[in-house]
Amino acid sequence: MSVVLETKGLTKAFGGLVAVDDVSFQLQKGELLALIGPNGAGKSTCFNMLMGQLPPTSGEVFLGGERINGLSPRQIWRKGVGRTFQITSTYSSMTVIENVQMALLSHNGDVFKFLPFAHKMYREKAMELLDMVGMAAQADRHCAVLAYGDLKRMELSIALAHDPQLLLMDEPTAGMAPKERVALMELTAKIVEDRGVSVLFTEHDMDVVFAHSHRIMVLNRGKLIAEGNATEIRNSPLVQEVYLGGGTLFDAEEGADA
Amino acid sequence: MEFFVAQLLTGLANASSLFLVACGLSLIFGVTRIVNFAHGSLYMLGAYVGYSFMQTLPGAVGFWGAILLAGVVVGIIGVLIEVLVLRPVYRAPELFQLVATFGVILVIQDLTLIIWGPEDLLGPRAPGLRGVYRIMGEPIPKYDIVLLAITPFIALALWYLITQTRVGVLVRAATQDREMVGALGVNQAVLFTGVFALGSALAGLGGALQLPKGGADLLMDFHILAPVFVVVVIGGMGSLPGAYLAAVIISVLNVFGVTYLPQSTLVLMFVVMVVVLMIRPYGLFGREEVAGEHGQVGEPELPIKPASTNVRLIVMVGLALLALLPLFGSSFAMVLTTDILIFCLFAASLHFLLGLGGLVSFGHAAYYGGGAYIAALLVTHANSPMELAFILAPLGAGLAALAIGWVCLRLTGVYFAMLTLAFAQLLWSLVFQWGSVTGGDDGLVNIWPSDWLNSTTAFFYFALIFSVGGILVLRHVAHSPFGYALRAARDSKRQAESTGINTQRVQLLAFGFAGLMGGLAGALFVFSKGSVFPNELEIARSFDALIVVFLGGVKTLAGGVAGAAFFKGVEDLLTRFEYWRLVMGLLIIFVVIVAPQGIVGSIRKAAIRMNVLKQGKHS
Repeated sequence: MSVVLETKGLTKAFGGLVAVDDVSFQLQKGELLALIGPNGAGKSTCFNMLMGQLPPTSGEVFLGGERINGLSPRQIWRKGVGRTFQITSTYSSMTVIENVQMALLSHNGDVFKFLPFAHKMYREKAMELLDMVGMAAQADRHCAVLAYGDLKRMELSIALAHDPQLLLMDEPTAGMAPKERVALMELTAKIVEDRGVSVLFTEHDMDVVFAHSHRIMVLNRGKLIAEGNATEIRNSPLVQEVYLGGGTLFDAEEGADA
Repeated sequence: MEFFVAQLLTGLANASSLFLVACGLSLIFGVTRIVNFAHGSLYMLGAYVGYSFMQTLPGAVGFWGAILLAGVVVGIIGVLIEVLVLRPVYRAPELFQLVATFGVILVIQDLTLIIWGPEDLLGPRAPGLRGVYRIMGEPIPKYDIVLLAITPFIALALWYLITQTRVGVLVRAATQDREMVGALGVNQAVLFTGVFALGSALAGLGGALQLPKGGADLLMDFHILAPVFVVVVIGGMGSLPGAYLAAVIISVLNVFGVTYLPQSTLVLMFVVMVVVLMIRPYGLFGREEVAGEHGQVGEPELPIKPASTNVRLIVMVGLALLALLPLFGSSFAMVLTTDILIFCLFAASLHFLLGLGGLVSFGHAAYYGGGAYIAALLVTHANSPMELAFILAPLGAGLAALAIGWVCLRLTGVYFAMLTLAFAQLLWSLVFQWGSVTGGDDGLVNIWPSDWLNSTTAFFYFALIFSVGGILVLRHVAHSPFGYALRAARDSKRQAESTGINTQRVQLLAFGFAGLMGGLAGALFVFSKGSVFPNELEIARSFDALIVVFLGGVKTLAGGVAGAAFFKGVEDLLTRFEYWRLVMGLLIIFVVIVAPQGIVGSIRKAAIRMNVLKQGKHS
């Protein structure tokens, strides 16, 4: 197994508040790694640093051994990292397939072309991607009229458009119906298996986390407090304390992160 | 030193009207998010109403009473405008209200003309304040000293109202988060009307207060508009202390400018604005603009498709008919059609930026007038042949757009719009005041096309080919990967950036491209008229294009062209009447209220409702 993503001492401080504190972990190829923790634990901050949205205060991020912190989201995407957002970000004036085609156009360096018709380009490849997430039947619908779960699946196909080696998913099932959640994570697990993509995701729904992740990391008040498989995490007294009560919980709620 | 102090005092006195008008505008924008272009008209009304009261009310009490009454009357007029015109369009797409306020400008202009007549009115002197005080030996009008003393009190009173009273708390809360204030049970309609009334009253006060210094005339609405916007933007939209500080800066600067650099007074103001915005992008006391970051207001835009075979056939038939015009139309019809075609290209170039890019440029005339002037300057000073000038003009305009866009695209929303406006005004002032090169107000004349184009028919075909060609190119680019990337950057900058699209570069290139096409329209214009004057660069020209794009329909591909054709045609009919502005203004307000999707959008909606057009396969 080779290491796809590695962080060393990743830290982010907002003034006096240390949102992410000395986080180091490794993500193996083909692994589905969950990052969980109560509200304000620093999950989203951590994600934003991995994606280049926020510069870390200190620490380093390596993608396949190459240092990527300090790069822009654009550059990190070009290195083969796809992402989905906690709240979907889509091009609401386009059809479903055009949303996917846009990512393909960018991947193939066609953004500054004035001559061809965009809607004819990479249509087949876009259709394959949509088919993979079960959205092919809705390819030509206006994406502004889609149900939220369908938007999430569309976003997943966009994130996979440039054959990424790593997929970062920030609360992939937030805002979805329980049945859809399970289906989406099953789909993700299948994609991991089929394509050998590695996935790091944050999640609040513990059913989803325990059912599908290969490994779980628990973040509390910016620090990694536990790491292991589902059984180990379930039985960890520290994790139980963080989630079910104990002195630190309400202090932890003060964090800026949602 | 004495002279210096005197200058400073005059500057401070001049700041008082400017501050009153600017803080009214700032308040209205802060709460309602409406950029009220009719604010200059309210200022003008204040002056006229104040003048009438001063004629009837006697003495010093009458004078000051007239000023207060002018404020009250204009405040009431503000309520009427808010309730009748703006309230119906609060839910319309962002900045659509702007067009409605432009309709209000036209209506007020003609009503003022009808009521008070075309002559400039000389303002009465303030009773008891006719002479001058000698300060360090320099004469300062007594009225200036009074103004200078009053303004801080008005500013203080406003500050008290905003920071210390319950009304003020509501206004500040609404400035930060309108929805939340509504959710907490505050009647937004009343709050909006109240703020609009207050802002209008302040503008009316400002107009009446400056009567002894400047009188009243029909051009003062547009003349105050540019400095007021500069003040509001420099101070920071929605900030009262900012408005005061900026009003003082601009007024003092202006007084010194008149003395030391009389050639550059107009330019100076905009240079200051550009510099301030480069250093502090949201003005001296402003905060980052968050409105408009929650995606587009109103219905989401429909996906675009290249025209169907049927539509293409209809367009081809239409173009064929146009091409046959010289056979059956009069030479007047050809000239009018040429005008319309050129205007359509100008509007289409703005629509590209505004509709596809979501980049609201208030200064698109810079590239249209810029293109026209580049061609005219080349012909006049370099004796260049028409063909060369015609090629270089759009290129020059495109380059100018790239440079201006590079600066403006650091900002977003209203500040972006204002900076584009500032650059257009900068160009206008440059042309207006640099008489030796540009001819100043007299313009550049004798810019005729080459002999082979020197007949109405030949130039008609020339304009037809280039206008229609330009519009088709713009349309095609909308369907190209670049056009898609531009829409992607507008729809979700976050998604675009995290899928590798350099949104800033895409938008900059779009800005340059739209400038190029605007320049092409300008080059066509200058050779069709044989002359160019500074008014091709002025605010009103930029607004012409904005209005037709909004009225045609921002969210439709054909909106710009359809709106331009419709309104240029209507304008030609209307300008034959004496009070055409009134009718045009009412027409604009009518369209805004009845058809907030614009002409094309409304027709499409009606067609979908009547099942003529299919909405899409699945929905």
